[in-house]
Amino acid sequence: MLSIKNLHASIEGTPILRGINLEVKAGEVHAIMGPNGSGKSTLASVLAGREEYEVTEGQVLFQGKELLELSPEDRAREGVFLAFQYPIEIPGVSTTNFLRTALNQVREYRGLEPLDAVKFLSLMKEKMALVEIDQKLLSRSLNEGFSGGEKKRNEIFQMAMLEPVLSILDETDSGLDIDALRIVSNGVNKLKSEKTATIVVTHYQRLLDYIVPDFVHVLYKGRIVKSGTKELALELEEKGYDWIKEEVDSTATV
Amino acid sequence: MSTLTQQEFVLGLFEAAPATYSSLRQLGKESFYAQGLPALKAEEYKFTPIAKKLETSLTDFSPAKPVKISAEQVKSAVFAGFEGVVLVFSNGQYVPEYSTSAEGLSVRLLSENESTPLGSIAKVDKDPFVALNQATFSDGLHIGIEKNKEIDSPILLLQFHQAQGGQVISPRIWIEAGDFSKATFIDYQISLDDAPYFVNKVVEIKGGVNADLTYHSLQTAHNQVIEVSNVVTDIQKDSQFTSTQITLSGDMVRNNLTLNLLGSNSVGNMYGIYLLNGKTHVDNHTNVDHTIPHAESNELYKGILADQSRGVFNGKIFVRQIAQKTNAFQQNNNILLSDDAIINTKPQLEIWADDVKCSHGCTVGQLDEEALFYLQARGIDKTTAKGLLLYAFAGEVLDKIEVDSLRNHIVAQIQERLGSKF
Ligand SMILES: Nc1ncnc2c1ncn2[C@@H]1O[C@H](COP(=O)(O)OP(=O)(O)OP(=O)(O)O)[C@@H](O)[C@H]1O
Ligand SMILES: [Mg+2]
Repeated sequence: MLSIKNLHASIEGTPILRGINLEVKAGEVHAIMGPNGSGKSTLASVLAGREEYEVTEGQVLFQGKELLELSPEDRAREGVFLAFQYPIEIPGVSTTNFLRTALNQVREYRGLEPLDAVKFLSLMKEKMALVEIDQKLLSRSLNEGFSGGEKKRNEIFQMAMLEPVLSILDETDSGLDIDALRIVSNGVNKLKSEKTATIVVTHYQRLLDYIVPDFVHVLYKGRIVKSGTKELALELEEKGYDWIKEEVDSTATV
Repeated sequence: MSTLTQQEFVLGLFEAAPATYSSLRQLGKESFYAQGLPALKAEEYKFTPIAKKLETSLTDFSPAKPVKISAEQVKSAVFAGFEGVVLVFSNGQYVPEYSTSAEGLSVRLLSENESTPLGSIAKVDKDPFVALNQATFSDGLHIGIEKNKEIDSPILLLQFHQAQGGQVISPRIWIEAGDFSKATFIDYQISLDDAPYFVNKVVEIKGGVNADLTYHSLQTAHNQVIEVSNVVTDIQKDSQFTSTQITLSGDMVRNNLTLNLLGSNSVGNMYGIYLLNGKTHVDNHTNVDHTIPHAESNELYKGILADQSRGVFNGKIFVRQIAQKTNAFQQNNNILLSDDAIINTKPQLEIWADDVKCSHGCTVGQLDEEALFYLQARGIDKTTAKGLLLYAFAGEVLDKIEVDSLRNHIVAQIQERLGSKF
């Protein structure tokens, strides 16, 4: 489904991603871990189409299409969804009022009829239940005055509404208490299917207890330096990143 | 003071002035000559070279005569879903045949009875254009709201404009609202073709005690229109006055809005949106005078400027020494959509009382790129996403407009301008 080959990206001339290779197939869950500042969010942003990042080398195929050539909105319409690590606040715009526009633009792109207000509302009700989010929250200005947990739940709610093919969850678990973590993970698990794939960026094993990964990758200094199965996450939880850093830094060629 | 040559071009206006209100006209004329047109860089018109604009853009400084208005034109100008009174004007002159009425509302031509104390609220020495209007207006309307009458449906002042045998239009309106009355006005100007003209409007509003008055103004003239508008209102005790000023187009527009808070427990609200593109230049000068204790003023103007448009905001809050316990709030926020757009914004606070609450702030920024990306990442195209954000920015002011048909009309215009439906 997703094939990243030798991806390099920089911001304001500073290289951040320095040759990422990653293959994700339908039905799979991939976890990306790694120390702070290693480039995890950068990778997620580049995949979602953020313009500040300049791709200097490499290729990304998504369902056979050149992802990097699509506008951010077309990537979303093709089925890429990014749950932001730091969801921003937008005063004056509520989730309900932008999401209907978003959903109908996505549907139009996919050749589906727009949803009228009634159908939209009933779909919303269904998905709200999935992440146990309150309608009142959704009619307030986006994320304004939301708690950390509410912001993350709202991200997953939007994901549920847009039914993406590839979901990239950037530290959706950070800042959640155990109950919220369980609710959010259950939501994500219910949305998974044979046809979709998930990339979870996380620092913590506890999320991976709920959303069990097929593969775990360690990103360090803009490269995937180690890949393994879910046992790798357990090992990282126990030993931290220092052993990997040492391994990489001792063999590094500058 | 400006040069004589700059004044000469308005001589035709003086010659054409009718004989009514002759002593007031004489006062206007003298005051105009004493002040002259605002010189280039004159403090009050620092960023708005209005005299130069008039001189270079217009050829015929004689009053535009009223043009024939059809029922069809009136019908199509009224906002969809509008329910209320319509007062029709053609180049400033009242057109009774298409106008309607309501209980408690009275209208009469200013010329019908020369007892209207014109100039007692909008004083000639405050602005040369007030003086010019007072000296040269053709006729106008005296609108009365009966004491104790609450007119719930809005009163639409439909102002049709078209340069016709002369390019100067001088609307003059006097509104007198009795004690405990309530009324909402919508001043809506429509250009009938795209020939240039100059509107020099003066509206005086005399509110009674415990009155609740709202004056919405919608400026959507075509892009060769020069306009100076002076709206001055006297607000008595226990009263509320609200102004909303929406400007979407024009060549050069200068709005002087003055609120005189004359009685305690009164509230004055000033709201505005200017959404500008092309080379449109809009200057909003507001002035609230707190003359008594325990009154409140609220001000919120929002500007969105694209292309080479230019905005000026100057908000003066004057709190006299006696005006203790004043609450005065002012905000002006701007978004510049292009590198060539310019905004000059300035709060001007003169506070002589010591026990007051005053706050003011102005911001100038760009569209939030992160917010834009967020919406795009959800599948919304860039134009629509921009529209959504800008609309949200302006929404705080739009929400103040309680007349649904007017708000919907403005929203539709804004959506069309921003090229997006949402
Ligand atoms: N706008 C920017 N300007 C300059 N440097 C940036 C910018 N955005 C990110 N970086 C740098 O890029 C590097 C990678 O950042 P990124 O956010 O991708 O890390 P991360 O792996 O997601 O970290 P964390 O675990 O803390 O979320 C960091 O060194 C960061 O400082
Ligand atoms: Mg990150």
